[in-house]
Amino acid sequence: MSILLIAEHDNQTLNPGTLNALTAAQQIGGDITVLVAGSGCAAVADDAAKAAGVSNVLLADNPVYDKALAENLAALVVEQAAGFSHILAPAGTTGKDLMPRVAALLDVGQISEITAVESADTFKRPIYAGNAIATVQSLDEVKVITVRASAFDAAATEGSSAIVNAITTACDAGTSAFVSEEMAKSDRPDLASARVIISGGRGMGTGENFALLDSVADKLGAAIGASRAAVDAGFVSNDLQVGQTGKIVAPELYIAVGISGAIQHLAGMKESKVIVAINKDEEAPIFQIADYGLVADLFQALPELAEKL
Amino acid sequence: MKVLVSVKRVIDYNVKVRVKADNTDVDLANVKMALNPFCEIAVEEAIRLKEAGIASEVVVASIGPKAVQEQLRTALALGADRAIQIECDDLPEPLNVAKLLARVVEAEQPGLTILGKQSIDVDNNQTGQMLAALTGRPQGTFASEVKVEGEKAMVTREVDCGLKTVELVLPAIVTTDLRLNEPRYAKLPDIMKAKRKPLEVKTPADLSVELKQHSRLLKVETPASRQAGIKVDSVDALVDKLKNEAKVI
Ligand SMILES: Cc1cc2nc3c(=O)[nH]c(=O)nc-3n(C[C@H](O)[C@H](O)[C@H](O)COP(=O)(O)OP(=O)(O)OC[C@H]3O[C@@H](n4cnc5c(N)ncnc54)[C@H](O)[C@@H]3O)c2cc1C
Ligand SMILES: Nc1ncnc2c1ncn2[C@@H]1O[C@H](COP(=O)(O)O)[C@@H](O)[C@H]1O
Repeated sequence: MSILLIAEHDNQTLNPGTLNALTAAQQIGGDITVLVAGSGCAAVADDAAKAAGVSNVLLADNPVYDKALAENLAALVVEQAAGFSHILAPAGTTGKDLMPRVAALLDVGQISEITAVESADTFKRPIYAGNAIATVQSLDEVKVITVRASAFDAAATEGSSAIVNAITTACDAGTSAFVSEEMAKSDRPDLASARVIISGGRGMGTGENFALLDSVADKLGAAIGASRAAVDAGFVSNDLQVGQTGKIVAPELYIAVGISGAIQHLAGMKESKVIVAINKDEEAPIFQIADYGLVADLFQALPELAEKL
Repeated sequence: MKVLVSVKRVIDYNVKVRVKADNTDVDLANVKMALNPFCEIAVEEAIRLKEAGIASEVVVASIGPKAVQEQLRTALALGADRAIQIECDDLPEPLNVAKLLARVVEAEQPGLTILGKQSIDVDNNQTGQMLAALTGRPQGTFASEVKVEGEKAMVTREVDCGLKTVELVLPAIVTTDLRLNEPRYAKLPDIMKAKRKPLEVKTPADLSVELKQHSRLLKVETPASRQAGIKVDSVDALVDKLKNEAKVI
């Protein structure tokens, strides 16, 4: 078996999700090649070459790959695909955008967001917002897979010294162009890799009130998350949404504040190790999965919590 | 410009599914079905483009057994002009759906094809991207804003670290995210009117597509449920539990 893992990165550092996907690749077994495509991304290739279990790195460093446009990246991956039995990527928005395009060009299916490797062709993945777990066998020659990062430990960043081979072809479909981006800036840990997350829902009332979560997050070194209702209401930006159709997280500690606990929200956080819910409605469904529930008004509970931590 | 929207029939998002006792699949018998929420958003976007004078016609397509006509009628009631059902016994895998849709795209030549980003039953998030690959068209996935400007579409995409805007040369494929729009409700007179709008039925054979099986569902299980926790009566008690019992802070 021979696995091609598509690295996710920002041209400077390897996104941690790639290391989780690397663990899934190790569990499948076989030679692992990491493809780093971007612009001015040589440092990422060097990082990938050191990561545990990596035997080769392909570096496609060209302006056409700068903003990870799926049209260009898919053409590159397909060009490099010969000989690989598996093509993997972390199931972030980049991988989700890219991999089905790759699969279709190769005339194979895709197995999305696997959470466990059963064998080289059989995987587990949640369906119906995590209310059922499917075991799926791929019947295709080449297996195209996205990996749910929160379901696999991160591979060690050191351990290999793979050779980096440069790819010089430039695949440019010429049908799409990057225009602009609005990156959410935050000094807090990334939602995907935070040890502690505190999330706010519609109960927060306004965006300003998220400052109450900030003061608790400061004490715990936590990342801030949100429910869809809080994002839709414009309290916070879309990148904070946790859930079936947002980010999937599994921190050591997840604190849900003013969140009712709809299945779509639970789908994104119920694998957290310890769950705390603060809600003024003792009937809120979130309490059914919380290890520790506090029935209280968040406007009183949060300042007190910040003070006592 | 014509706009094509592909819609899927799925379990209503409020229903919690149960796994069948024999673990072969989930039990969908007598379960409330609906238009996939992301497809509702796709239909709404197409109708708005028509209302804005940008789209000339909105065509909706759905692939599956006769029951999917219910969702096509819903889309027609919301304002789509005509519908195409591609008859299959089950709901095919994304690559098969994409291959069938590619033939519809070939025949209809829409300037824009809009799909949901993900079906909320199997959570694949694949079909739009696959259709874009098969038709060689650019893709704007997870869109929260679509602006058609002449021969181009500016699509703002919801990505992990914020928002990213791309410019696509039309014809293009777009998949919808939750914040693209807020879908309207169908009015009763429109529901009546929709019954008379054209709905064409085709088969994969009519489109010369041979469906292929790419994966096999071996087992469906109920996930391990969490142990019910406890209620604490004060912030002090909570802090104490987190420190001394759970030891996470
Ligand atoms: C296709 C689709 C996809 C979706 N994807 C997601 C997703 O990815 N993530 C997601 O989160 N949702 C998602 N949803 C939405 C989901 O169904 C719920 O609507 C949403 O999670 C509700 O958010 P909420 O809990 O913040 O709001 P609500 O359900 O309105 O709950 C607010 C809670 O705050 C409590 N509260 C109010 N005031 C206070 C106070 N002062 N002190 C303490 N508690 C208070 C209330 O008791 C209530 O329980 C999706 C829905 C659909 C249809
Ligand atoms: N059987 C189907 N018929 C019509 N459209 C579909 C079908 N399956 C998927 N789609 C479209 O593809 C989108 C993404 O679905 P999926 O790739 O299954 O997550 C849906 O929101 C629909 O727009």
